Amino acid sequence: MLSAILSVLLQATGGAAGLGELGAALGAGIAAIGAGYGIGRIGASALEAIARQPEASGDIRSNMIVSAALIEGVAFFAVIVCVLVLFI
Amino acid sequence: MPTLIQSLFVTLISAVFWFSPVTAQEDETHENSNGTESHTGEEFDAGEFIIEHVLDAYEWHIATVGEKHISVPLPIILYSNYPELHEGKKLHVFMSSKFHHGREDYRGFRISESEDFKGKIVEIDNQGHEIGRPFDISITKTVTGAIVSVIVLFWLLFSAVHTANKNRGKAPSGVQNLLEPVIVFIRDEIAKPSIGEKKYRKFMPPLLTLFFFILLNNLLGLIPIFPFGANVTGNMAVTMVLALFTFFITNIMGNKHYWKEIFNPDVPVWLKFPIPLMPLLEITSMITKPFVLMVRLFANMLAGHMIVTVFLSLIFIFGSLMGPVAGYGVSPISIAFSVFMILLDVLVSFIQAYVFTLLSAIYFGMATAEEH
Repeated sequence: MLSAILSVLLQATGGAAGLGELGAALGAGIAAIGAGYGIGRIGASALEAIARQPEASGDIRSNMIVSAALIEGVAFFAVIVCVLVLFI
Repeated sequence: MPTLIQSLFVTLISAVFWFSPVTAQEDETHENSNGTESHTGEEFDAGEFIIEHVLDAYEWHIATVGEKHISVPLPIILYSNYPELHEGKKLHVFMSSKFHHGREDYRGFRISESEDFKGKIVEIDNQGHEIGRPFDISITKTVTGAIVSVIVLFWLLFSAVHTANKNRGKAPSGVQNLLEPVIVFIRDEIAKPSIGEKKYRKFMPPLLTLFFFILLNNLLGLIPIFPFGANVTGNMAVTMVLALFTFFITNIMGNKHYWKEIFNPDVPVWLKFPIPLMPLLEITSMITKPFVLMVRLFANMLAGHMIVTVFLSLIFIFGSLMGPVAGYGVSPISIAFSVFMILLDVLVSFIQAYVFTLLSAIYFGMATAEEH
């Protein structure tokens, strides 16, 4: 395990451009984790609410989709920044 | 406490990392922005393939048979900045087939391969050096895609208008059945709750235009057959213009209360007077909101197209890496995933059009809200 980290770091510091690419890739991964966690929580609370009151499922569903789209927008910000690092 | 079998398993798996060779290599400086070189004509350059398929281009590439590219040429319209090189002529109009897929120069213009202007038209002087970009208003693939979707939209909407006029007082028929529920949905679920009963009618035209334009462009971008399949909304310029529409309408239709809340809100004086902290914050949010609209739509559509292209190019990567049999073996999985991603993208198209329109309606509502 340690030698895996070592090899990644050695390759990364072998050239300055490599470090930027490493940062960009890590950033995109962390953004994905954040988005997944956030939208997971939205889904969980939406399902709980539907279980409590099945008649409101239409309202809850549209609100859930809107909130998910807004949070995904933030995650895409992070991805765009990472892509800019890679290509500019 | 993990069992003996579990510990053994973990040890064996992690042993892969213990015995891998560890060397530091000099970073290869990358000439092109993708960092993958093609050695011979056989090598499949995944980065180039993907980028070509989602970005704009001066011709509409349909297929490549062996060495021959089959593509539809599109008009190129340029205003040169150096008319002395072209006998005083400033305006140049010609078809993109004159560039022969970017391999030849034509009349002092060339499709550049340099770092700064990769893929764009540059002017060249008499020695062949690139001296900068002309004013470029060509009809590129994205523009053609937008024109095609506008033609489809006009066809749908004008036939609905025609049947609606014929059916005054009667039940709807034909295309009306398709469009009326959507328009009623936008009016009752998006416009009225956000803008209010009294003022929503003024804002219905921009909301309807935004919704139908975005939805149709998203959907037509997913059809791979010729006049459709241009990645229009996955282009930052297009989504920026749409977000600018929202920005301008919000600020032009903003009433006195709206502007007062921005420049003179009801907060303690020290937040407004020597350094206008609150107004600066409000202006930042005024600019951020359309920016977020732009990035959300652009990134969602671009990501969808890129993922589909990546899954399909997996077939070719496996094929060139481990022989054609591996390529054939990966094909069913790859195609299944691609179809699934395209279906997901259909859902995302609807959701993104809905969210863009909903947020625009909310901003319009905030701009015309009454004092409470």
